[in-house]
Amino acid sequence: MIERIQQLREEAQMAIAGAPSSEALEELRVRYLGRRAELPVMLRGVAQLPAQERGAVGRAANEARQALEALIAERSSALQERELDTRLRGEGIDVTLPGAPAQPVGRLHVLTATARELEDIFMGLGFTVLEGPEVETVHYNFDALNHAPAHPARAETDTFYISDEVVLRTHTSPMQVRAMEAHPPPLYVVIPGRVYRPDSDATHTPQFHQIEGLAVDEDITLADLKGTLLAFARTVFGEQREVRLRPHFFPFTEPSVEVDVSCFHCSGNGFMRDGSRCALCKGEGWLEVLGAGEVDPDVYRHIPTTERNAPGYDPERVQGYAWGMGVERIAMLRHGFPDLRLLFENDVRFLEQFR
Amino acid sequence: MRVPLEWLREYCDPPLGVEEIEERLTMTGTKVEAVHRHGVAGVEGFVVGRVLDVRAHPQADRLRVCEVDLGGAREGPATIVCGAPNVAAGQRVAVALPGARMPDGSALRAATLRGVASEGMILAEDELQIGPGHEGILVLDGLDGGAPEPGTPLAQLLPLATAVLELEVTPNRPDCLGVYGVARELHAATGAPLAPEPWREDPGSFGPLAGVQVNVECPELNPRFTARLFEGVEIGPSPPWLKARLSAAGQRPINNVVDITNYVMWLTGQPLHAFDFDWVAGGRLTVRRAHEGERVVTLDGEQRALDEEMVVIEDGEGPTSIAGVMGGERSEVQASTRRVLMEVANWNGPNIHRTSWALGLRSEASSRFEKGLAPEQCTEAQAMAAQLMVALCGARTVPGTIDVGGPGPAPAVIRLRERRVREVLGVPVARARQREILQALGFATADADDGLDVSVPPLRRHDVTREADLIEEVARIDGLERLPATLPRRRGAYGRLTAAQRLRRRALDVLAGRGLYEVVGWTFTSPALADRLRLAPDDERRVRAVPLRNPLSTEHSLLRTTLLGSLLDVAALNVARGVEELRLFEVGTIFASDGAGGQGGAERETGVHEHRSLAVLVRGAVRPASWGEPRPPQADFFAMKALLEALAGALGVEVSCAREPAPAPFLHPGRSARVVAGEELAGEEAAGGEVLGWLGELHPLIARAWELDSAAAAAPGGEGRAPVAMEIDLDRLIALAQHERGYRDLISFPALRQDLAVVLALDVPAAQALAAVRAAGGELLDDAHVFDVYSGPQIGEGRRSLALALSFRSAERTLSDAQVAPLRARIVEALERLGGELRG
Repeated sequence: MIERIQQLREEAQMAIAGAPSSEALEELRVRYLGRRAELPVMLRGVAQLPAQERGAVGRAANEARQALEALIAERSSALQERELDTRLRGEGIDVTLPGAPAQPVGRLHVLTATARELEDIFMGLGFTVLEGPEVETVHYNFDALNHAPAHPARAETDTFYISDEVVLRTHTSPMQVRAMEAHPPPLYVVIPGRVYRPDSDATHTPQFHQIEGLAVDEDITLADLKGTLLAFARTVFGEQREVRLRPHFFPFTEPSVEVDVSCFHCSGNGFMRDGSRCALCKGEGWLEVLGAGEVDPDVYRHIPTTERNAPGYDPERVQGYAWGMGVERIAMLRHGFPDLRLLFENDVRFLEQFR
Repeated sequence: MRVPLEWLREYCDPPLGVEEIEERLTMTGTKVEAVHRHGVAGVEGFVVGRVLDVRAHPQADRLRVCEVDLGGAREGPATIVCGAPNVAAGQRVAVALPGARMPDGSALRAATLRGVASEGMILAEDELQIGPGHEGILVLDGLDGGAPEPGTPLAQLLPLATAVLELEVTPNRPDCLGVYGVARELHAATGAPLAPEPWREDPGSFGPLAGVQVNVECPELNPRFTARLFEGVEIGPSPPWLKARLSAAGQRPINNVVDITNYVMWLTGQPLHAFDFDWVAGGRLTVRRAHEGERVVTLDGEQRALDEEMVVIEDGEGPTSIAGVMGGERSEVQASTRRVLMEVANWNGPNIHRTSWALGLRSEASSRFEKGLAPEQCTEAQAMAAQLMVALCGARTVPGTIDVGGPGPAPAVIRLRERRVREVLGVPVARARQREILQALGFATADADDGLDVSVPPLRRHDVTREADLIEEVARIDGLERLPATLPRRRGAYGRLTAAQRLRRRALDVLAGRGLYEVVGWTFTSPALADRLRLAPDDERRVRAVPLRNPLSTEHSLLRTTLLGSLLDVAALNVARGVEELRLFEVGTIFASDGAGGQGGAERETGVHEHRSLAVLVRGAVRPASWGEPRPPQADFFAMKALLEALAGALGVEVSCAREPAPAPFLHPGRSARVVAGEELAGEEAAGGEVLGWLGELHPLIARAWELDSAAAAAPGGEGRAPVAMEIDLDRLIALAQHERGYRDLISFPALRQDLAVVLALDVPAAQALAAVRAAGGELLDDAHVFDVYSGPQIGEGRRSLALALSFRSAERTLSDAQVAPLRARIVEALERLGGELRG
């Protein structure tokens, strides 16, 4: 009898392991463990066996039944998983279609994005961001910035006038003066904003954007200016860049410099690998990027000392640098578009190119 | 300023090529904008020839066949065909041999002209770019002490080819508007020796000048006036070397006297004017302010009307020239001139600048005077001119010089502290080096305790007035390349955005993140825009627009009072180019003249109020079509309002819409609203809140005026809506933003949600129903909003069903239906008082 149990157990084990589907497995369960199947029937008949056999046979039959039940459960879950998997595979989709419905992402204008990037660079260097009025007085736009009364920039050919004393600012520099009037030294600010000059051609638009920088402390040197602008140049144009300062003239800085950045297109060589002249820097190896200098002592002399900015700006006790760069110029250099006017035309196909 | 290198090298000749000179000048502050080549492309093959014989060409009347002795340059005479009428036997001429490279870079070839082989070319001056002359060949007799030997390389006699430096001279450096001034820079920049001043020998003399009277009535505008008289002047062409230099400098040679004035101006930076003294009526000149409306005919033949700020020079018959700007026709030097009065004067720079701009008349002279020259330059230019008048025109100097005003003030002495140089630059420059640099630039120095006492030469009087200016001189010549790159110490400084700046960035990011493109429009707008936008005569956007006094055009003559104009223009441009679906926004400044008393700050000073505005325009679908949504919904009022809510939500501001009063004449009167600060009130009643802007569908007439309507009408499934737009005062919106919010426990006790559907008349705004619900619901009613709107036959004409979601919440306990039942009953009663009927 025990032999028969063993035989049944082995036979069933083999069949269960080979069951091809859930239905086939169910048939096997009925065949081996159903009410009328041999094993359960034997189990039920254990009571009728002689006492000395009862224990051994009962134990063997019970063990066989439990083993088969466990085996069926295990096989069943494996089969179900496989069958689910087969069904899910049949539900496959074309994952190469685009997402839907569309979740479009727009863009900031390239000028906004560029200005923001520049602000962030200088914030990292410890500057705060200040903004000021676009309509300015002649006092802040020229007088306080040490422009002589007959300076050509004041002419109506160079400045938009609203009245004799009120202009559209021609640069962001008036905010240098307003900033120093409002805050005591040390002062580290960048001033982004729109400025205006009556020029209109492929390289000039009557409105454009600048970012001004001003740092005034006890001991800010021309070498500090170079270091600050080197950090800017490397962040914007690449780690390999160098800057050079060229002497120049501005009424409100002394010494004044123009700042060139080594050309990122030809790595400052002026020529490409194929020997052709670099189209970006025209073979110069350098790109003119901005104007700068040490703040002219006469600018400090225009700053009245008040409660707001005490102890004030005594040129013997403070010194600093200032610079101003064109946002359009930086954006054009970085992105390589040819005509300034594209920026204000706002063709969507132009706008969507920039991130 | 064009400086021929050949000319520059006469005074300072460093052993450097043109590129190195360019680099040194640029890096010391005289930027070389470009280097041009002037003259022939190579000096080889250009030689002196002597014409041995001239005979007629057998085939052509206008051509002659010449036998030309080329000395050692060729064995035996060459046969050259020449078309010039003035060629004659015995002349020394300039010859180009086959292979010689002409100014345009081409190589001359031996050619056969009408059957006669020509073995070279006899040159006219224009063919060498020496001057404009092409009438006849260049005759060299008289050069090089009379008779240059045939075969002599032409380059030994004439500046045949030179590089020309085009310099950008900054307005503070009028001394560099002369070749010698540039030579001084080159001397300082390279250490190469500087030749003595070329005007140090003066054939003229000082003291009274008989027969000439000069009267200066306005010395404040004419600090110095000098004049010298030359007799026996023979007017003729200038010698080729002078023509060549002037041509290379970009000046057209005219005759010897005029060329001398131009040459001396180019050399010294000081303009001169030559009068035909026999045409100076009465032999006297008066310098005076012009009378208002006085008219003068200038050398260019134009009649000019003057004002009292302008200065004229007049003789016995009236004004002859506009001082410092342009001479007059009457006393112009001409072929018959025998006596020349050479005027060299110093004029007030700002006044000349004003005159030249006011008359629209700029000349080489005015562009120099306006930068402020030194009175001392007058006598330098007189000396130089006298040398040339004697040498080139056979003139005799009449003893004496008219000199009204005399030299300028004594040189200023400025202390340059040695340590200050280090403090400003960040690196030390030894005192000896400072001294060396300043002396090379023409400054005199004396040693002082802590540095140098520096006296400023007259030419630098206006530019160098303070220690800082001397530091710049030292820095630029010592070399800015030497500066290390350091960073400021930044004591106590840290970079950050203000809360308002951060929120502004967030506002832009929210809109861009919702698929909108930012545009940047023009600040300038047209007066016609107010009418195009259908603005009322008293609309603030019309009456407070700020006009420019000097606009570039009428279309750009006002400062914008709304962003809508530029946004519509951008939309129209894109639609015209075939981009039909547009989702655009702009953040920019708008302006209004400040009627009565601004809000302080810049406004009080300028009378113009300005603030940042934000505007959005959407045309077509709310989002791009996709395969999963081929026809996305068209943007309408509510799509725009959803953008407003997203924007306000991101900033933490409560805003609402109010239909009445009508927000703007450019909007659809039924589908538009004022945007008001604060929570949604009952429609019309909201007018008391702070108005932040407007929102709505554009008026169909506006859409048509900008041609934005056609495609929308034709859009599949679209009902032809006009674009929708909004404009918000961004500065105010941000000012209302709540930066920080306290914590509320929304987790411990869940909210109880109940829905309610109520049928109301169409003219009861949702906001009114919600306001009634909130008032009735009391503190436990945490939120109430509309989640469905339905109208249809079951509801009945003129009515609609609003489905409201009510959310009750207590901070102390979990609420049950039974606990909120009385509140719900009160809410239902409140809705019934509005004529509402509960559904279902």
